[in-house]
Amino acid sequence: MKTTRTITINRMSRVEGHGNIKIRIQDGKLEEARWEVVETPRFFEAMLVGKRWENAPWISGRICGICSIGHTLASIRAVENCFGIVPTPQTEKLRLLLKHMETLQSHILHLYFLAAPDFFGVGSVFPLIHSHPDVVQRAARIKQLANDLCDSVGGRRMHPMRTVVGGFTMLPDLAGLEQFNLRLKAVTDDLLQTAELFRTFVIPDFSRETEFVSLGGGGEYPFIGGDLVSTDGVRNKEYEYEAMTNEYLVSQSTSKWSRLSRHSFAVGALARLNNNFNCLHPRARELAISFGLKPVNHNPFMNIIAQLVECVHVVMESSGLIDELTGSPWQEPRQAVIPRSGHGVGAVEVPRGILYHAFDFDGDGRITRCDCVIPTSQNHANIQYDLQALVGHYAATGAPDREIELIAQMLVRAYDPCISCSVH
Amino acid sequence: METPRDRTRTYLGVPLTRPRVAFFELSSCEGCQLQIMNNEDSLLDFLALVEVVNFREAMTEKSDRYDIAFVEGSVTRADEAERLAIIRKRASVVVAFGSCACFGGVNQLKNRFNDAGWVKEQVYGNHPIETSDTARPLEAFIKVDLRIYGCPVKKEEVEQIVMNIALGKAITQPKYPVCMECKANENVCLFDLGEPCLGPITRGGCDSWCPNNRCGCWGCRGPADDANVTQMKEIMKKYGFSEETMLDRLECFGGFAQYVEQIRDGKDKETA
Repeated sequence: MKTTRTITINRMSRVEGHGNIKIRIQDGKLEEARWEVVETPRFFEAMLVGKRWENAPWISGRICGICSIGHTLASIRAVENCFGIVPTPQTEKLRLLLKHMETLQSHILHLYFLAAPDFFGVGSVFPLIHSHPDVVQRAARIKQLANDLCDSVGGRRMHPMRTVVGGFTMLPDLAGLEQFNLRLKAVTDDLLQTAELFRTFVIPDFSRETEFVSLGGGGEYPFIGGDLVSTDGVRNKEYEYEAMTNEYLVSQSTSKWSRLSRHSFAVGALARLNNNFNCLHPRARELAISFGLKPVNHNPFMNIIAQLVECVHVVMESSGLIDELTGSPWQEPRQAVIPRSGHGVGAVEVPRGILYHAFDFDGDGRITRCDCVIPTSQNHANIQYDLQALVGHYAATGAPDREIELIAQMLVRAYDPCISCSVH
Repeated sequence: METPRDRTRTYLGVPLTRPRVAFFELSSCEGCQLQIMNNEDSLLDFLALVEVVNFREAMTEKSDRYDIAFVEGSVTRADEAERLAIIRKRASVVVAFGSCACFGGVNQLKNRFNDAGWVKEQVYGNHPIETSDTARPLEAFIKVDLRIYGCPVKKEEVEQIVMNIALGKAITQPKYPVCMECKANENVCLFDLGEPCLGPITRGGCDSWCPNNRCGCWGCRGPADDANVTQMKEIMKKYGFSEETMLDRLECFGGFAQYVEQIRDGKDKETA
């Protein structure tokens, strides 16, 4: 007699946005494993058409609540690239500092609040408040530092308002920045404790060879602008982003999918690390090596560890940035903006991977075309193929439903998907 | 999560019941919910005040039994209206959580084209996609008991409101505009710095969050009581800002939809 097992997880939890997992196994053989995205589209690319340039970062930043800073910066970069505005070194440093703190808050949110409960065998971070108060307090402490520093530089931790085309509306308080440097130094210890915690977790041992895409090749661990690279050896300029993303539509998803040299590719912390390992801060690189994480690592679950490594990197680098900023007097925060017609692309590494915003402008600075390619949309196809391989393996070993259910969700969570972002 | 001790917490000797709270999101960036998790310094106190039984973004457990439902996002597809109706049936209090839920938020910017076919085609080409022609606020579908304004919501305000609900206190929203708060904060007027600002007509309560950061108000909290939009137009004109600049702000979050319509209609009459 044939036995068919189906596993359906609708609107899976502890991810941003709405995605379903559907699995069908017959006689221990995987028939189907699907990663479905059911999120509603909000049509940001249409709503910006006809709007003047100053609306672009303000509106498109609202694509995402978790990485609104990254979206805002990508939009600003696209506008500035079109209008021929070169940010001052001070603006570049402040933007990078802001970006780093978004990376830190987002990674910590994922590591502790979204991913860790699976390793503790609980459904959320909430029971850990009683069982592991020190762990939750540590997470809160790191996240709060990151968010407070975002407030100080961007005006607000979410949907920042000081970040504008041409620079900043106002500058952070210098004495406050120096205080943050002390807190950054204290948080380094918290991150090492975090590493010790994650060392006690059993990271699933699963690999499927894939291509990793990120910014890279500039001599520094990249976050804002630069060349586009892949572990399969593809290299393009920022304005050639469409040659990297190759978006297409599928019936199982309201988000677009992407491909490059293979059926799918991956973006995110692991992709950045695989492409730029030697540019990591020495302490971050050391940490990666201690987890056996070296390029090119093809285990999607190691994205969690790559995020941890990046936390150390951004904290180290932020400390240096603050030293540089406080070491010289403030310059004018904002440049004049003169719109001109043309095309502008901004590529920014946001927590979940490489993000592109692109606009066409008319001579008055009104948007005539808008395109946003989101990290998670670039990851969807890779999640699909990983899911098939992973569940196929578990099905063959006769794992019970609840084990398959858990490992499938852990896989999706390891990508830290931002689904509403991906559909936008 | 629940322990017997939690159920018998007291405030001034009066037993407190922790309301069972659920969070839901329709079409949105999920940022307003994230603001709850962003309360690092007071998150634990907040969690002691309520019993969170549904919060998909943060927890796997879920329950259909809840007292207060916080609904983020606007309605942009038929299944969202259905979910909303079910939530309304189960909750005693439904809170429109953030500007998307209150007014449609940035999502309603697509409504201005009055051409859903063109909007779809811009993003998906000929690929079939299910979506409503317009993005609409919760109140277009169900009765809403309470609105919490903002894009994003301000965590301090959310905490205050939830505390008042838990204590059974009345909840009041400021009737005055952001401009009042901005003056109290002793900011230099944004108009004098060469920036357009909707502070004079937008409902306060955010403590002039954007103007404090030298960014003119975009009206995310919708109109204050007795908002004088005619006067606002005069101010914009006096400082040399175009009607387009004012409309960009007025229509950004949907709170001023009726005024935008009036201005556009007026313009139509002038050109006719």
